[in-house]
Amino acid sequence: MAMLAVENLHVSYGHVHALKGITFELKEGEILALLGANGAGKSTTLRAISGLVAPRAGRILFAGKDLGKVPAHEIVRMGVAHAPEGRRVFATLTVEENLILGGYSRGRDRKGLEETRRQVYELFPRLYERRRQLAGTLSGGEQQMLSIGRALMAAPRLLLLDEPSLGLAPLLVREIFQTIKEINARGVTILLVEQNARAALRLAHRGVVLEAGRMVLAGSARELLGDERVKKAYLGEK
Amino acid sequence: MQEFLQQVVNGLTIGSIYALVALGYTMVYGILKLINFAHGELFMIGSFLAFTLIVSANLMEHIPHPVAGLVAVFLLVALMVAVIGLILERVAYRPLRRSSRLAPLVSALGASIFLQNAIMLVYGGGYLVFPENLVPNIEWSVGGINIGLMRVIILALSISLMLFLYLLVQKTRLGAAMRACSLDHDTARLMGINVDRIIALVFVIGPALGAIAGIMVGMYYRQINFTMGWAYGLRAFTAAILGGIGNIPGAMVGGLLLGILETIGAGYVAAAWKDVVAFIILILILILRPTGLLGERVAEKV
Repeated sequence: MAMLAVENLHVSYGHVHALKGITFELKEGEILALLGANGAGKSTTLRAISGLVAPRAGRILFAGKDLGKVPAHEIVRMGVAHAPEGRRVFATLTVEENLILGGYSRGRDRKGLEETRRQVYELFPRLYERRRQLAGTLSGGEQQMLSIGRALMAAPRLLLLDEPSLGLAPLLVREIFQTIKEINARGVTILLVEQNARAALRLAHRGVVLEAGRMVLAGSARELLGDERVKKAYLGEK
Repeated sequence: MQEFLQQVVNGLTIGSIYALVALGYTMVYGILKLINFAHGELFMIGSFLAFTLIVSANLMEHIPHPVAGLVAVFLLVALMVAVIGLILERVAYRPLRRSSRLAPLVSALGASIFLQNAIMLVYGGGYLVFPENLVPNIEWSVGGINIGLMRVIILALSISLMLFLYLLVQKTRLGAAMRACSLDHDTARLMGINVDRIIALVFVIGPALGAIAGIMVGMYYRQINFTMGWAYGLRAFTAAILGGIGNIPGAMVGGLLLGILETIGAGYVAAAWKDVVAFIILILILILRPTGLLGERVAEKV
């Protein structure tokens, strides 16, 4: 059984029909890259999975359960964590407070939270150095680390990452992608939204390409990297 | 000098009441970006419910110990007004959560008028008078400054409540969740925070603090009237703006400062100028420093 199954998903914002029937599956332990241009519906797909927007039609099944009517704050308890677009760290809270809130869904599991926090600091030593600093004073790269670390604090089975490389220097992008690989190696399934298609496909097992709210391509990462249309539109090759 | 210090002490007393009421404005604004214009009415209802318990229900006679009696009045009234606050949020604000920002504001004004008139219909339009001697009439003189027992109670109770609230918001997990909600509802939900429940909590704490302030005003000035929520609400709102609306320590500082400035203005110019002082401060702050004294301390990086 697939860990996550998205079936014919439609989402509208007012009169704007943002997703027009998307279907894909994510197996346990996989990294799936969700690719496409601005406004293709990538972030909307993630927001629908984590419950921030309600589907107009279609179903989202996580571990066999329909997420349709589950409120966002319950979905994270089921094991889906979301590091949203634009990082969205709590700027006037400290790094440590941000992480504490990341683990909010786990209630008072002190020991488990302590252990996860140790792992997050191990993954991002920079966050440990800055744990007493306000999140708003961090650099863009550090905020991205915090956003991912905060999502990990929920001990998710499925991690939704929205544009983790956005606005970061090339060296940092490589670092972040390396970390994503490591998170995956520790057993977390990942749905990765990226503009940086080449880097994403090098990391992912499979990819799905969206265009104007529709799915236009799906396949293994290797297939997509070799596909002429992908090369032309997203990899900048002729 | 002595007279000046006396004015400062008087100002702190009334200022701590403004601060308690201001906290209700600032907490609701922080989380919903809404000015809860009905908050002054909740404060006023606190006074009236205390009057009912003390005078009509004779609660103090039924409880043998006078301190226990007063504690019971404070707890019961705070609880009842908190319930009214919860109902207010459910009925007047929650249905409008996703509409424009103007709609809940109009709803708040409507709720304010409704509550004011409801109290007028039940209790009448005249002044009600609290009994004397609820608190023994003891007065101390410290270095020539006179301070009565009731003042000491007002100061001690307000400051402990503010300290408690400050610790709750700054030092606990629940407080962190409240601060997260005031920054970003959606991301707070992604953390597993039930935002509706946090908003409800704010509508429990704010009205309860306002109600306690209302009881203390009733006991101290002894005369209450259904329009009193407007006058105190406006002062407390000014205090919240003065400290930086949405900022909890700001409301505390703003309340105390406004109380002192107003008392000094009344003492050295003329008592009739008290309102003028409050409004001039409001206007000056809005023109010169709309973020208030403690507003926006941290620059956010994008």
